[in-house]
Amino acid sequence: MSSYSVTEPSARQKWAAGTLVVIYALITILPLLWIIATSFKSPSDAIAYPPKTLFEPTLEGYVNLFTTRTRATEQDLKELGEPKTWYDRIVRKDGFIIAGPSRFLERFSNSMIIGFGSTVLCIVLGTAAAYAFSRFKVPLKDDLLFFILSTRMMPPIAVAIPIFLMFRSLGLNDTHAGMILLYTAVNLSLAVWLLKGFIDEIPIEYEEAALIDGYTRFQAFYKVVLPQAMTGIASTAIFCLIFAWNEYAFAVLLTSGTAQTAPPFIPTIIGVGGQDWPAVAAGATLFLVPVMIFTIVLRKHLLRGITFGAVRK
Amino acid sequence: MAQIRIHNVRKEFGAFTAVQSSSFTVEDGEFFMLLGPSGCGKTTTLRMMAGLELPTSGEIYIDGEEVGMKPASQRDIAFVFQMFALYPHMNVRKNISYPLLSQGMPRAEARARVEEVARILKIEGILDRPVGGLSGGDRQRVALGRAIVRRPKAFFMDEPLGALDAEFREHMAEELRALHDRIGATTVYVTHDQLEAMQMGDKIVVMNHGVVEQFGKPQDIYDWPATKFVAKFIGSPAMNFFDFDGMIGIGSDAIELSGHRVSVPLSRQGASGKLTMGVRPEHIRFSDASAYRGRVLATEYLGTTQIVTMATPNGEIKARTPAKQSVTPGEVIGLEFDPQTLTVFDGVRGQALLSEANERVLRHD
Repeated sequence: MSSYSVTEPSARQKWAAGTLVVIYALITILPLLWIIATSFKSPSDAIAYPPKTLFEPTLEGYVNLFTTRTRATEQDLKELGEPKTWYDRIVRKDGFIIAGPSRFLERFSNSMIIGFGSTVLCIVLGTAAAYAFSRFKVPLKDDLLFFILSTRMMPPIAVAIPIFLMFRSLGLNDTHAGMILLYTAVNLSLAVWLLKGFIDEIPIEYEEAALIDGYTRFQAFYKVVLPQAMTGIASTAIFCLIFAWNEYAFAVLLTSGTAQTAPPFIPTIIGVGGQDWPAVAAGATLFLVPVMIFTIVLRKHLLRGITFGAVRK
Repeated sequence: MAQIRIHNVRKEFGAFTAVQSSSFTVEDGEFFMLLGPSGCGKTTTLRMMAGLELPTSGEIYIDGEEVGMKPASQRDIAFVFQMFALYPHMNVRKNISYPLLSQGMPRAEARARVEEVARILKIEGILDRPVGGLSGGDRQRVALGRAIVRRPKAFFMDEPLGALDAEFREHMAEELRALHDRIGATTVYVTHDQLEAMQMGDKIVVMNHGVVEQFGKPQDIYDWPATKFVAKFIGSPAMNFFDFDGMIGIGSDAIELSGHRVSVPLSRQGASGKLTMGVRPEHIRFSDASAYRGRVLATEYLGTTQIVTMATPNGEIKARTPAKQSVTPGEVIGLEFDPQTLTVFDGVRGQALLSEANERVLRHD
């Protein structure tokens, strides 16, 4: 008689589960890989049919992303002489010369400022509020928490017009501060609820021990609660950043120049000098990088965040 | 080291009164037990002494100084939590030195103190380990280390052995008592385990429903309970109650139990109506000469003694008799009570009536 375990899956079950996971991962990662591949294609390779999986890589898309170009005559090109840099060479191959830098870098840094700015603000306010809700007797606590949650009960874009009017009369249109405030307001309810859950899980005895050990309430919070809550803070920060980073509708509506973020900018690249898919793909690829780095940096905490509370000693 | 005095301390949480006007004194160097069932207010009392809760009214004196409204950090006390509350993001050494560093002690001195404490607790070997992987006993020792390292005025412990398994608890209880005897610090210890309280405490406070029922030495409380609750809560099996309708006058030395005369200690208080006679199982003797009889229902063999459950005209009782004495279920036996050990209670209010025997214990100035 062979022994048989109900909890430990058999080798075949494990193998089947592993295969499923790999297939799923491939399906989800394929569009991403395609975008990255496209960013290194030449425009003609990008729209070739049947699609090319093997191609000669070029940085043309990236050069086009960061520059504005004008068409030059053979005469002009001759007068300019040999191209001085590698990117000059790429551009001139198609009969263009570089006229100047594009606005991508500017839009990208707007995204960084607004994305990280609202994330930081959200975490600071959210942690403080969550701590208060978790530890103190707040009058009307449940009603307040419900009110905070209720701000998420309809899609934020439903209030786009009132927000647009408010922003206009407050002079917040197309400003970094305005966008940071907006994204913070949208994310705060999520942050408060998530963080409250995490802080609730931290036994209050840790703080009491610190209080008895001679620390003030704030020191106890800072030195004992905060390190314990890092898991929750990290995962909440990732959620906040991803929302603010990807947000498109409000960015289109409320920003046009100074504070315009990357999402509304990237599609406008298509219009410059024909349908430049590699440049769009290059923009999208670069746009992925900060969130990816942020997530990788916090990944240790994130993994713990997912299993948090599952195991109790 | 300090004396701790609680005076008329009361604590309300909204409409719920957790502790009702309690007063008692913990003498300097005493190992003091706060004992009671869960929800009796013992932990709340301890937390008020430590400064983790503020009393609704009343005063708390530590070392003669009124501290009732002071934050915990200014009371110079240490607290050991049931779940130990070791800081999980620090290793053992950091956990123990944490309270020293908060006082601004130089690192070298703090280090020396930690080493000393580690020697006392025999945990030198694990100082650099993270607290996560420690066994229950080692965690307990680290928590104690964090408490004693600061040499505070008093130690407060909230069921510190509750999280340990039964086998180890015994060992740790001995260790704890030995540690107390060695450093001699005033210790207030909360427990719901009456055996633990009897075993370790110099003095015990028994609480129920937010009221201090009795406080005193373990033996006094065991022998001369102030209320039926204390009598029932302390001792295993508990004190037997013989409920009867009758009367007892001041100066009388006997009661009538279902028509039989039973001698009791000379009474200093009179009462009539519903009364209860309390007798410990070990103070019941089998005697054919006695006219008061009970029928054996069951026996429980415990080695040197046995517990005999019997039906009497005044309810079911348990007697502890030598194991050699053979009894069989169904047998009817005469019962005799050791007169100098009996307590008569007011059957309704549950208060013990003062007698020649218990007045020394129960009359507090």
